[in-house]
Amino acid sequence: MLELVIISILNGVQFGMLLFLMASGLTLIFSMMGVLNFAHASFYMLGAFFGFQIARWLGFWPALLIAPALVGIIGALVERYGLRNVHRQGHVPELLFTFGLAYVIEEVVQMIWGKAPVDFRVPALLDFPAFTIFTTNYPAYKLLMLLTSAGIFLVLFIVLTRTRIGLVIQAALSHPHMVAHLGHNVPLVFMSVFGVGSALAAIAGVIAGPALVTQSNMAGLLGPILFVVVVVGGLGSLAGAFAASLLIGLVQTFAVSVNTSLADVFAFAHVTPSPGSILGDLWTVTLAQIAPILPYLLLVMVLILKPTGLWGTRET
Amino acid sequence: MGAKQLWGLAAVAALCISAPVKAQETIKIAFIDPLSGGGASTGEAGLKTYQFLADQLNAKGGVLSRRIEIVSYDNKLNPQESLIQVQKAIDAGIRIITQGNGSGVAAAITDFVAKYNDRNPGKEVLYLNYAAVDPVLTNEKCNFWHFRFDANSDIKMEALTNYMKPRSNIKKVYLINQDYSFGHAVRSEARKMLSAKRPDIQIVGDEVHPLQKITDFAPYVAKIKASGADSIITGNWGQDIALLLKAAADAGLQVDWYTYYAGSVGGPTGVKQTGLNHRVFEISEGSANIPYAPAQEIEKALRAKYDIGLLYPRVVNEMRMLVTAIEQAKSTDPGKIALKLEDMKVTVFNGGEGFMRAADHQFFQPMYIKSFGELAANEPFDEEKTGWGWRVIAKVDTADTVLPTVCKMKRPST
Repeated sequence: MLELVIISILNGVQFGMLLFLMASGLTLIFSMMGVLNFAHASFYMLGAFFGFQIARWLGFWPALLIAPALVGIIGALVERYGLRNVHRQGHVPELLFTFGLAYVIEEVVQMIWGKAPVDFRVPALLDFPAFTIFTTNYPAYKLLMLLTSAGIFLVLFIVLTRTRIGLVIQAALSHPHMVAHLGHNVPLVFMSVFGVGSALAAIAGVIAGPALVTQSNMAGLLGPILFVVVVVGGLGSLAGAFAASLLIGLVQTFAVSVNTSLADVFAFAHVTPSPGSILGDLWTVTLAQIAPILPYLLLVMVLILKPTGLWGTRET
Repeated sequence: MGAKQLWGLAAVAALCISAPVKAQETIKIAFIDPLSGGGASTGEAGLKTYQFLADQLNAKGGVLSRRIEIVSYDNKLNPQESLIQVQKAIDAGIRIITQGNGSGVAAAITDFVAKYNDRNPGKEVLYLNYAAVDPVLTNEKCNFWHFRFDANSDIKMEALTNYMKPRSNIKKVYLINQDYSFGHAVRSEARKMLSAKRPDIQIVGDEVHPLQKITDFAPYVAKIKASGADSIITGNWGQDIALLLKAAADAGLQVDWYTYYAGSVGGPTGVKQTGLNHRVFEISEGSANIPYAPAQEIEKALRAKYDIGLLYPRVVNEMRMLVTAIEQAKSTDPGKIALKLEDMKVTVFNGGEGFMRAADHQFFQPMYIKSFGELAANEPFDEEKTGWGWRVIAKVDTADTVLPTVCKMKRPST
């Protein structure tokens, strides 16, 4: 039992940190521009495919640096020449723009790399068990994923709270006009934040690519969860995104290992609906079976009970 | 104008005349399966197998001296999308369709085809199912236009549990399956048959998970580990078995696996990584390492061309039977083909007799239980360059695979 708990915590934290890498960029972009960037998960996918391609040519480690840089540049260009022009028309066109962009990126990826998964392998250097807990091995590569995400979280945290750039970004989050009047180049700040946000998503893509599966539907698989993280954490709140990422990572991992169903919960009351009826089916569904929809349940609950998100200050 | 130019002109003219005629004359088969998403690796392997077989047939002059053409449609493993693709194929004039992956998809297609054929007499469509094994398709939902070339799930579970029965080292079994009709068929049948054959075996877990959506099985593997299981039964296929085996390899899970599809793309790599030498079993209708020359020739040719092993010996049977039916009927009319197919007897891919049962259009053939591991000198084929391959450890003869059906087939009145 203890083994299961420890392994589940490790798995949950690792998945949560990966979510945070993406959610951090998404939530920053949202709080600055007021746009929920639907294409954010697509930058994660681009990161994975760029990483795969560069790893083929130059090896995994250069890929870990070059791919995010490339995606960051693409992100900055998208902001400069796409979003900024659409911005004048208001929020709805911006939303539609990112929505369309997500489809364009998916199609382009399919055209270049095909629809089937590509063979993106864990680098041989890291293909060994890092340590053993009781009898379960923990792969070294997952440890790398964990440490990379944690490292980036630290850097991001320090930059945003301890440096001048962070100060300007934080100010631009809530009072962009004031910041502009003080002589700062707000559009440049927007562009950089969009670029860096995309690059963070791409880092997540490169490190997740070999461990999960690099294929053209990976953006679609992860995108919805990302919105859950951002909304549950509170739009625009970095700390909220961090907490929500970990929460959802842990909830999903632990839910899988729990076999409790309504039947168990109400066992003391000796009520059993007839098997085969709709209620009878619901009665015996275990928490493990509904694990994949739990985050969305959480989303709905948060929106009903605390629309600002758990750590947010503004209405979603 | 010299003689050379004249010949050239004549050749061009001949091409102009004959090309469109030839295009019309090809026999088109619509291949409808996932070519994107989690099922893509499986769909891709299937498509290559069909194309390979079509090329072989065409090289020998085709059927009724017409070429065979495989036209692929991506159904994204979605029943709704599949019907759109079937309609597209029909609109393109195709009247033979084949599909395999996903019993949910198969149920939708068989319903659609039955209705379409009722409403469009004279334009019927034939549906050849090469891999969807939910028993319902040849029982409650059976249909004259549907033919199944794989053994259904109950047949496979019967054979697997017969093999497990005398193995006294099995004490705790974990069931993990995909959350849709086929996965549920596997788990309920496994429970039923194990409790009849080995009531002492404890079922320590009975898991279902979303179909082809999980990218990291580590949480599931942790749970299997915590349950103390010594054996796993799973009907998972495609990415779901490959990633499950990979997560098990990463965690170092040492158990025996009783599977339907451990040979799916990526599966063998995971098994080798865990070092489970001959501890992963698969039930299927054939194997590369059965010493039967005609089969091994095909295996060799396929590997030379596409660098993949033959995952679907049943597809060879299907194409063989389709060709025979067309030749016997001297027609590509689906109704006439169906009548020839429905009680056909053939020599199957790995040798031995197989037959189509007219009552429910289920094909019966010898089944093999194979284990994956180090190879002996007389076993030439490994998988995915692991150096390990499949060895047949038990054979179930055709007669012993026959299970009763409740199908009441509605036949066309002609």
